[in-house]
Amino acid sequence: MAIENLPMAGATANTNTAGLTKNDYRGAPSTLCQGCGHNSISNQIVSALYEMNVVPEDVLKFSGIGCSSKSPTYFLNRTFGFNSLHGRMPSIATGALFADARMKGIGVSGDGDTASIGMGQFKHVMRRNVNMVYIVENNGVYGLTKGQFSATAEKGLQLKKQGENPYMPVDICMEALVSNATFVARSFAGNPKQVKELIKAALAHNGIAVLDIISPCVTFNNQENAYHSYAWGKDHEEPLHEISYVAPRSEIILEQEMNEGEIREVAMHDGSTVILKNLERGYDPTNRYEALRVLEEAQQNNWLLTGLIYVNTSKPALTDIYNLVDTPLNRLTDAELRPEHAMIDKINALMF
Amino acid sequence: MNKIVNDFSITVGTKNGSGSSTANNTILRSIFKMGIPVSGKNLFPSNIQGLPTWYTIRVNKDGFIARQEANNIVIAMNPDSFARDLASVSPGGAFFYADDIKQPITRVDIAIYPMPVKSIVKSDPNVPTDYRDLVGNMVYVGVLAHMIGIDPETIQAALHFHFKGKQKPIDMNLNAVRAGAEWAKANLEKKDPFYLEAMNKTEGLIMADGNTAAALGSIFGGVQFAGWYPITPASSLAEALNDYLPVLRKREDGKNTYAIVQAEDELAALGMAIGAGWAGLRSMTSTSGPGLSLMTEFAGLAYYTEAPVVIWDVQRIGPSTGLPTRTSQGDLTFTHFIGHGDSNSIILLPGDVYECFEFGWKALDIAERLQTPVFVLSDLDMGMNQWMSKPFQYPETPMDRGKILWEKDLEEIKGNWGRYLDKDGDGIPYRTLPGNKHPMSAYFTRGTGHDEYAKYTEDSETYMRVMERLRKKHETAKNYMPKPILHSIKGATVGIIAFGSTENAVLEAQYHLSKEDGIKADFLRVRALPFTDEVTKFIEKYDQVFVVEMNRDGQMYQILLTEYPQFALKLNSVAYHDGLPASAKWVREGVLSKLSASKGSKAKPSAKKTVKKAATKSKSKKEAVKKSVKKTAAKSKSSAKRK
Repeated sequence: MAIENLPMAGATANTNTAGLTKNDYRGAPSTLCQGCGHNSISNQIVSALYEMNVVPEDVLKFSGIGCSSKSPTYFLNRTFGFNSLHGRMPSIATGALFADARMKGIGVSGDGDTASIGMGQFKHVMRRNVNMVYIVENNGVYGLTKGQFSATAEKGLQLKKQGENPYMPVDICMEALVSNATFVARSFAGNPKQVKELIKAALAHNGIAVLDIISPCVTFNNQENAYHSYAWGKDHEEPLHEISYVAPRSEIILEQEMNEGEIREVAMHDGSTVILKNLERGYDPTNRYEALRVLEEAQQNNWLLTGLIYVNTSKPALTDIYNLVDTPLNRLTDAELRPEHAMIDKINALMF
Repeated sequence: MNKIVNDFSITVGTKNGSGSSTANNTILRSIFKMGIPVSGKNLFPSNIQGLPTWYTIRVNKDGFIARQEANNIVIAMNPDSFARDLASVSPGGAFFYADDIKQPITRVDIAIYPMPVKSIVKSDPNVPTDYRDLVGNMVYVGVLAHMIGIDPETIQAALHFHFKGKQKPIDMNLNAVRAGAEWAKANLEKKDPFYLEAMNKTEGLIMADGNTAAALGSIFGGVQFAGWYPITPASSLAEALNDYLPVLRKREDGKNTYAIVQAEDELAALGMAIGAGWAGLRSMTSTSGPGLSLMTEFAGLAYYTEAPVVIWDVQRIGPSTGLPTRTSQGDLTFTHFIGHGDSNSIILLPGDVYECFEFGWKALDIAERLQTPVFVLSDLDMGMNQWMSKPFQYPETPMDRGKILWEKDLEEIKGNWGRYLDKDGDGIPYRTLPGNKHPMSAYFTRGTGHDEYAKYTEDSETYMRVMERLRKKHETAKNYMPKPILHSIKGATVGIIAFGSTENAVLEAQYHLSKEDGIKADFLRVRALPFTDEVTKFIEKYDQVFVVEMNRDGQMYQILLTEYPQFALKLNSVAYHDGLPASAKWVREGVLSKLSASKGSKAKPSAKKTVKKAATKSKSKKEAVKKSVKKTAAKSKSSAKRK
């Protein structure tokens, strides 16, 4: 439907316009389980950044604790990163991103890390609109501690050692929405094309972009009837639209004439465009009320609703609010940071 | 009656939230402006409005301005604390009270002065009805001013300062002061001995609180990021950053070189500060005990990832929520041992408002030089009360950003570096900062086991190597610690070790111990952990060393015991913890009680026995002394009592 990222003059087929090969975006070999949804997501992060010609040194990686939080080791070797504490990724990212406000954060968390121990920080990083992509690799289960229920596990889920889950689940997208997140999407690791396009759109967003990606745990929670399994996801996925990211200055070419309302273009902060080809309903992702409604609808109908659920491109990101100097704060000189000598007398004079 | 000039205390009892702080600060500042050494301490409840609160002022011509336990002059404005206030006046003292309080006067050994506060305020038509209570406080200022001789001009100067030159409130308050003074002149007969006379002993000094000083010091240290969460008594530190940064770091383009974020809790406050510090900002947080408890897991992360950050702990008394508005030195061992696993803490211990400023900038230097969290332990007394101080001094050394590699540095070494490699042999590695565009600059830091190149590893050898280097780094840290301050007197035979805000009380006690008890004690005020050689040498020098501090268990004493097991028998704990600022009386009495207990020939052998007994139970003697440390603190106390 759209054409993008045509190789530019001078770039070889294996190099992007940043002059980098895909290898420059890779990380260490994964130590997660074979078939883990997280590995697929890591691959899409690599592809998305490569295709967007992002220089690895221009982003920052963050994570908390858990299988998901290990994964930033497996992509972007050339990127600074902070593997922090369980549930505390948001605060580390919030502080770090002040150092060079031109940088974009990519955070990877899990459902335990975000929806249980880190729920408080998750909600607050939403309302502060920190400039980062916040990926939740959501599998409904604690992997590293070997298969306990997480807060996103559906009521009634049966797990080997745990029995039946008696509690209602947390819906990460809903939590993000009600906390005033400015970009909320859900996807499914079994739908890599959509994952990649959503990562690109999220990277293009100025502010917090939450991607709740259902990412099956092949070892502990991949039973056919489990909400977070590959089989269930394939059967129950209800995409809101087909999504494609079109880089700045690329021509948007539509495959065929579309009827009005079928295509929606969202202009992103960096000049790029996100094109949504609506399926069935004329869904408007800029309508927060609608967003909550479709999430509720999906819950009631047991759908795995995927796509860009909500986006608001008009809100300033945290560092915008602070009216910072153009030079990255961490490159300011001593003279710019220490008040001059004369000020000490003025201060002393103020002290009675 | 013999006059007592410039040597007494004044305590005002009011209702919390009644606006008495303007009045009390006016008294304090006026006396300061008269050139007389003075201190003022707010002894307040954890409450917004209604509960009894006190403000105690110490005036002392010799400069002894620790809190005085005896109340020479008491002003009672609160019916709820009236009886208690009346009873608290020391014999021969003076008692002023608002005469609308109709309660029995049961004392005949003190001067009693009723004050018609309400009628005086009512008689001024310029005071709006809802301002009457506030302005009423100024009436007692006026009465007191007349009775003890506060210079009216200094009162005017104090009010001018307080209201930042705004004429209307200055006039309204000044009129009440004058009315009070005139009424006193016409109606009161002086029956007490207390007088003020102008001196020149505060010339060149300033008045400030430690939290403001700490914020200003941090600003002169180039602070760029602070994450914080409101907590008494630390909130005013971060608030002062918000007040002064826009002024002191004003730029022509109107843009900011800093960011202050009020976090959702103390976990996030320190998390943000660590993120910022890791990424190359001069970064800090400020909190008090309960907040520090929450920060514990992040403190461990900063230690292991080697992220620079400064953590101010304005101590209040615990455990748990404790007494939120009372002062303490009770977070010392907690901070020293903070976090699970093996770690070492850098702790700075400012002793006054001047040092709060100095350590404000110094802590940021040390944090970046050592790439580790630096804790600065002040306390409520220092943090929230107005103290006389030398003027703040501009940092005497350039900013120390530590070992940072930028693009050109990496080019020079051809990208050949490791984040946790000990290149210089001092245990301090080099670091790069996010935003560095050199393709070899990046690393993925982590709180999990890592090698010299920040790669994840569970390899035992590597783990131990990294931990040993961290230990080496802590040794190197000693070179950067502020040295202790020695207050020496001639012919000293014993030593006193103290830290933080108790200095005034200890100095006064040192004087009285010498003059009245014939005990000559040198006083070493420790200003940092790890201890430097000066501390070792000081303890070595004396047969008996008293460790004075404001907590129950003798926390500094415990740490000294673990650091110097060879000196265990010399060390004596003088610990006290009622939540009030230290007084010379308890320091002196505490020293005397421990002195008499262990002075005789019997004391030492029995104390030795206690340790020996422990030693025989354990395999290694050295171990045993170390192990028994915490317990011997309690044991030797009780054995001392028995004697």
